[in-house]
Amino acid sequence: MSYTIEGNTGAWEIVVGLEVHAQVISNSKLFSGASTLFGGEPNSHVSLIDAGFPGMLPVINHACVEQAVRTGLGLKARINLESRFDRKNYFYADLPTGYQISQFELPIIGTGVVQIELSDGSTRDIGITRLHLEQDAGKLMHDQDPKRSFVDLNRAGVALMEIVSEPDIRSPEEAGAYLRKLRQILRYLGTCDGNMEEGSMRADVNVSVRKSASEPFRTRCEIKNVNSIRFVMQAIEIEAARQIEIWENGGEVDQETRLFDPHKGETRSLRSKEDAHDYRYFPDPDLLPLVIEQSWVDQIKQTLPELPDEKRARFQQDYGITAYDAGVLVAEQATADFYESVAKGRDGKSAAAWVTGDFFAALNRTGKSIEESPVSAANLGAMLDLIADGTINGKIAKEVLEDMFETGETPLAIVDRKGLRQVTDTGAIEATADEIISKNADKVAQYKGGKDKLFGFFVGQVMKATGGKANPAIVNDILRKKLDG
Amino acid sequence: MLTDLTIAQAAEGLRKKEFSAVELTKAHTEAVEALNGRVNAYITVTSDKALEAAKKADSTLVAGEAPPLTGIPLGIKDLFCTNGVRTTAASKIIGNFVPPYESTVTAKLLENGAIFLGKTNLDEFAMGSGNLTSAFGSVENPWHRKDDASVLVPGGSSGGSAAAVAARMAMGATGTDTGGSIRQPAAYCGIVGLKPTYGRCSRWGTIAFASSLDQAGPMTRSVEDAAIMLSAMAGADPKDSTCATVAVPDYRAACGRSLKGLRVGIPAEYRAPGMSEEILAVWQKGVDMLREAGCEIVDVSLPHTKYGLATYYIIAPAECSSNLARYDGVRFGERAEGATSLDDLYEKTRHNGFGEEVRRRILMGTYVLSAGYYDAYYLKAQKVRTLIQRDFTQAFEKVDVLLTPTAPTAAFARDEKPEDPVQMYLNDIFTVPASMAGQPAMSVPVALDGKGLPLGLQLIGKHFDEETIIAVGSALEKAAGFTARPDLRAGVSA
Repeated sequence: MSYTIEGNTGAWEIVVGLEVHAQVISNSKLFSGASTLFGGEPNSHVSLIDAGFPGMLPVINHACVEQAVRTGLGLKARINLESRFDRKNYFYADLPTGYQISQFELPIIGTGVVQIELSDGSTRDIGITRLHLEQDAGKLMHDQDPKRSFVDLNRAGVALMEIVSEPDIRSPEEAGAYLRKLRQILRYLGTCDGNMEEGSMRADVNVSVRKSASEPFRTRCEIKNVNSIRFVMQAIEIEAARQIEIWENGGEVDQETRLFDPHKGETRSLRSKEDAHDYRYFPDPDLLPLVIEQSWVDQIKQTLPELPDEKRARFQQDYGITAYDAGVLVAEQATADFYESVAKGRDGKSAAAWVTGDFFAALNRTGKSIEESPVSAANLGAMLDLIADGTINGKIAKEVLEDMFETGETPLAIVDRKGLRQVTDTGAIEATADEIISKNADKVAQYKGGKDKLFGFFVGQVMKATGGKANPAIVNDILRKKLDG
Repeated sequence: MLTDLTIAQAAEGLRKKEFSAVELTKAHTEAVEALNGRVNAYITVTSDKALEAAKKADSTLVAGEAPPLTGIPLGIKDLFCTNGVRTTAASKIIGNFVPPYESTVTAKLLENGAIFLGKTNLDEFAMGSGNLTSAFGSVENPWHRKDDASVLVPGGSSGGSAAAVAARMAMGATGTDTGGSIRQPAAYCGIVGLKPTYGRCSRWGTIAFASSLDQAGPMTRSVEDAAIMLSAMAGADPKDSTCATVAVPDYRAACGRSLKGLRVGIPAEYRAPGMSEEILAVWQKGVDMLREAGCEIVDVSLPHTKYGLATYYIIAPAECSSNLARYDGVRFGERAEGATSLDDLYEKTRHNGFGEEVRRRILMGTYVLSAGYYDAYYLKAQKVRTLIQRDFTQAFEKVDVLLTPTAPTAAFARDEKPEDPVQMYLNDIFTVPASMAGQPAMSVPVALDGKGLPLGLQLIGKHFDEETIIAVGSALEKAAGFTARPDLRAGVSA
């Protein structure tokens, strides 16, 4: 299963490490009381601190620290009880103070691990090197006016978690799986909404290649600010191919920062190592070291939700469903919760089939999220009960479900309104069967002559004649007796 | 003359209705009007605002229950942001900046009833020891040598504040001290300058030079006045993480406290080579006065003192290079014309906007923080800083307060300004170690030298023990009986 790229000189392995910037869900910014709401009028969520006014001082927002600790616990990582904020100094028009407050030497979170699942059903552990807190920069808009640039500092100072992975990723698929898993964990924890379109999650991708696992890592290039999982996967493939071509042609890959252009399908140099920034980190003298108590960490631990890995295992165990179905169901916490209230006290497998099958299909068709679903978990469960007690059969249930999506009514109300109760009256079914048999004497002869497949035709005719409401098992029984007897 | 009163005396006079706040303020605004053209102690004069505030102060005084500084006219170093009043840091780059907010320290003074006469001159961004780097021109020390017309520097960086207080152009003033910027000008101008413990006064709203060292403090004509002002300025501030949540005592109560049994340390290392006999003599005089007041004199050692200055000139520039990065010509400062790229814009604007000394320190700071030099300079300096701090901790196990000279010389003349910047930095040699360790320290005028210039002695205390240095300072003040006044002052024609 190991992923390699065939070059002219043989197989190459790729080595990838990801730095994910995840925007912390918090009401106010990392060092100021300004709001973090997305989509406000430009500069409507800016304090004097975020704008870097003279004499302004940062004050650490406790809620953001709690979110970082929560994330650290979710990544099964070491929580550093003492960490420190440093200034990262570089001239950048988006930085109102001329430096970014980040954590360099002593991050709040140390090593952890994320387990990824691959398409062949296998799992792998990807190491987390660290997670640190830092401020986001502002935004400059240069194309709104012929002579002026506009500044929007709404995001300046918003808390970001930079989550750095070990160079453990060996294929584009693994990178995709890692990002999906990370996003899933963050969403479960409620620490980042993982919304890549709004930029609340973005990745810097470090790529290098090597001939074999025993060879040391070769020069890596960093692809900055990739904003979708698909693009990350594409960028890795394209960048690895570029590097292999250079090595195989006797060249040398330069360590540099590149950007990915998805339209042209290429990575381009942004800046080379020579003019790379010298960040001149030093401890921020405006902030005291961040010291937290183990007891507080323990308290946060108590409030952690069941995380996707554990939930998946439990679903398989408790509801007897496949690893695949369990994986689909735990992808989002809302889906998992929905499934669980449908499945509780019912047949887990059939609940899984209905939720991942017709129910998801209907959501997709109507373009609704699970939170907006017109069919509640209770109603879907009630529908499964109607199947189980023989009030309706599976085929009618599909019709009922569709109606539920339109009307939001309970399944029983729909069954009654439309008269969909299953016919189990053997007398009535027998009469219909007799009628069908007498109408199709030629088919009966053919069936008796050995054309077994025609049995399905008779079943179909009886079902059609009863408007689909006949109990299929009874129909089968009666037809067998009449045709074979 | 009203301008000759101390704050304590004026506060009493106001309450006894001997004069009104308007009269008191007017006396000062007139002094400012008469003298500022020559002394240049103020960058921005706010006489109209001051007189308006004085009227309000008078009605508060009539109503009784007036806070302690009601009606007292003060000068505010132009490094404190003042709501609606231009705040320049003596730099061209923010020369037109009008803050929409009030620094915590000045807000506290206003709450205490103080009246602001204007914004006092300083070295650009508080970088300098002679008030020679201000973009708004230098300040003249109100003192002159006997039979010598040379213009002397008032010291720096709070030179405008020191000169204003000495020349009776304010009853007191705020200063900020990073490596001696309150104490050294206080010594040069014959006034009291108190740098509190780091974290005693909030830094919020004070334009930063070196954040781990900057500390606001009072500059006054008596120790008691310094105590009164400090009580108003100090205290916890949730907006400044490095500001301590330690209760503020009534500092004034410490004045006149008995010194019986108090141990005063004399650090051997402050006997610097090449020090003038006069400074040594004044130091000895201070020792004798304190012994007489009942103190026990103890020899102590602060072995890392000799590295103080070198360490300071790594850490302070490192922090300033970062703190001043925001002045990039995009939001602050006059943007340079003809820039061809963003980097070019930064370079040109910052070259035009910052003076030579500020540029020198930004370059030093950038250098010591840069990759490859960080370990050798910044990290090493931090380690030495820890050793300097340990020196003080160990010394304060044996003594309650330290007595040293404030500066190695009396005020020097503008044209005697050393060409070598390192020579200039030596003015801070006695003040820097206490700053590096965050200790509170005060300069008290004790005597005049042979040329008639004031000399000060420095008292260094334990963390958050400003009370002891105030107690010792007031005893020293009483024993010294320093009553000399500069020849350039309110009521004396300039």
